Amino acid sequence: MLFTALFGSVEQGIIYAIMALGVYLTFRVLDFPDLTVDGSFVTGAATAAMMIVLGYHPILATITAIVAGFIAGCMTGLLHTKGKINPLLSGILMMIALYSINLRIMGLTAENAIVRPNIPLLNSDTVFTQFQSFWGNLGIDTALTDFLKNTLGLKTAPSTWGTIIIVLIITLAIKFIADWFLKTEVGLAIRATGDNKRMIRSFSANTDTLIVLGLGLSNALVAFSGALIAQYSKFADVNMGIGMIVIGLASVIIGEAIFGTKTIFRTTLAVVAGAIIYRIIYAVALRIEWLDTGDMKLITAVIVILALVIPQVLEKQREKKRKAKRRIERQHELAQGGNRLA
Amino acid sequence: MLKLEGINKIFNEGTPDEKIALDNINLHLAPGDFVTIIGSNGAGKSTMMNMISGALTPDFGSVTIADQEVTRLPEYKRSKYIGRVFQDPMAGTAPTMTIEENLAIAYSRNTKRGLRGGVSRSRKDFFRTSLEKLHLNLENRLNAKVGMLSGGERQALSLLMATFTRPAILLLDEHTAALDPSRAELITNLTKQLVEENQLTTLMVTHNMQQAIDLGNRLIMMDKGQIILSIDEEKKPNLTIPDLMAEFENIRGEKMNSDRALLG
Repeated sequence: MLFTALFGSVEQGIIYAIMALGVYLTFRVLDFPDLTVDGSFVTGAATAAMMIVLGYHPILATITAIVAGFIAGCMTGLLHTKGKINPLLSGILMMIALYSINLRIMGLTAENAIVRPNIPLLNSDTVFTQFQSFWGNLGIDTALTDFLKNTLGLKTAPSTWGTIIIVLIITLAIKFIADWFLKTEVGLAIRATGDNKRMIRSFSANTDTLIVLGLGLSNALVAFSGALIAQYSKFADVNMGIGMIVIGLASVIIGEAIFGTKTIFRTTLAVVAGAIIYRIIYAVALRIEWLDTGDMKLITAVIVILALVIPQVLEKQREKKRKAKRRIERQHELAQGGNRLA
Repeated sequence: MLKLEGINKIFNEGTPDEKIALDNINLHLAPGDFVTIIGSNGAGKSTMMNMISGALTPDFGSVTIADQEVTRLPEYKRSKYIGRVFQDPMAGTAPTMTIEENLAIAYSRNTKRGLRGGVSRSRKDFFRTSLEKLHLNLENRLNAKVGMLSGGERQALSLLMATFTRPAILLLDEHTAALDPSRAELITNLTKQLVEENQLTTLMVTHNMQQAIDLGNRLIMMDKGQIILSIDEEKKPNLTIPDLMAEFENIRGEKMNSDRALLG
């Protein structure tokens, strides 16, 4: 049982990793705390679900969702750069605006209403069912299941390996594209914008444009993740984005703490891993008897707080130890010096 | 190369804090001119630099760089023509990025930034040979993060980044003031070397009178938003600090009150 439950968490974690990469792009690279995420995640899910229900191809629906997220991110960027609104407030304003917009987007599928709070995708064609019809014919599933059951002696096995394979391919592709992009001329300029605005302006780069572009790309990834989650769980809901920014942040911080940030390649990998680890922690926490699903937001907040505080405490203790060691060495030296004098 | 005509700027106009920062500034620089600027605090030196770089726009008057009127051009568009080194060694580089990435950013100054890789192999070679000129062994640390460098090293890197694309104008805003004397000397020598090599038209603000006398072919003195003294190419080689002090007293009818200007 546990294996299958964790297997599902890993699948979801890999999809959420795309969102986490988006959060990494704003929080870390651009140094812009972007709260649009809570809204744009749902925008992605709502757009994809709406189009799928209306009969469009799931891939087209997903691409449209990505574009919608890009536009939402650019709007936040424009609020900040052209409207001169504080970054946090720009994101919050956009997040609130998107709540209504998302209801309208899903409302496009309703026959006698303008807004709609959710769309089920139970019998719809999604990118996953499409891939499954191709994957199922390959016979890899039966082979792997046989291996798990007969050779390793597991009682249950995942119903399919297709989903994890396809999401892994998508997420790793995005990770590698992000690595490449952050080393291009535009990518370097975006990173410098987060690092030292005055400097990059003196090298003829328009920081306003770069911020808008960075926010657009970040929210495009977030919406992509939302679109895939909606298709994965066969459900889009207007409240599915609540706390998404904190989950993204938790993934980034957990990943960075465990795997380090030495190079970009390593950091993006850490972010992906962080997202998967977060989902596993989530799944394990839910199996604790006295915890309820409703407690998850609190647990997420606690994880982020711990991940932020513990490294500081550790660093302080290390410093204390270093100082103590130096004091002892110094006393030792003095004692020796005293001996020489005597 | 650079023409400032009738530049005026008033800060906090119409409030009790009103301050005339620049009062009818006229300045012409021929190609290859290296002008040092001295003056006490609040004389308008930095404001003038910001007018040229585009960080500030004048209330009236015009700025022309390389025969192009740029008065209203935003900073990021103008910086195609302008290399700039700030006083703060942290200001001119991006600390979390590597040396080669910082150089790549500076290298793209003149071109439209696209999806090309920032650090290609041929650029790397160019960066390495450029860094060798600094004699700081930075050419062997291309992948080190700039945040790990000392203030002097960062300032030397800033100077290289500002000059190696040969901008039309080089602005140096007290770029040695925040360094200890030996580092300051290193940067001063590098400045001389890089400006000569690239034949840059340069404007340098300094608090150090000796430095102002040693470097460059022209010197101007500013006070209360005006250029009060301009020493040309012929007179500059024989200039001494007492000369400058006497000139100031002559013009303003008061003693120069800045110890900092003397001691640097």
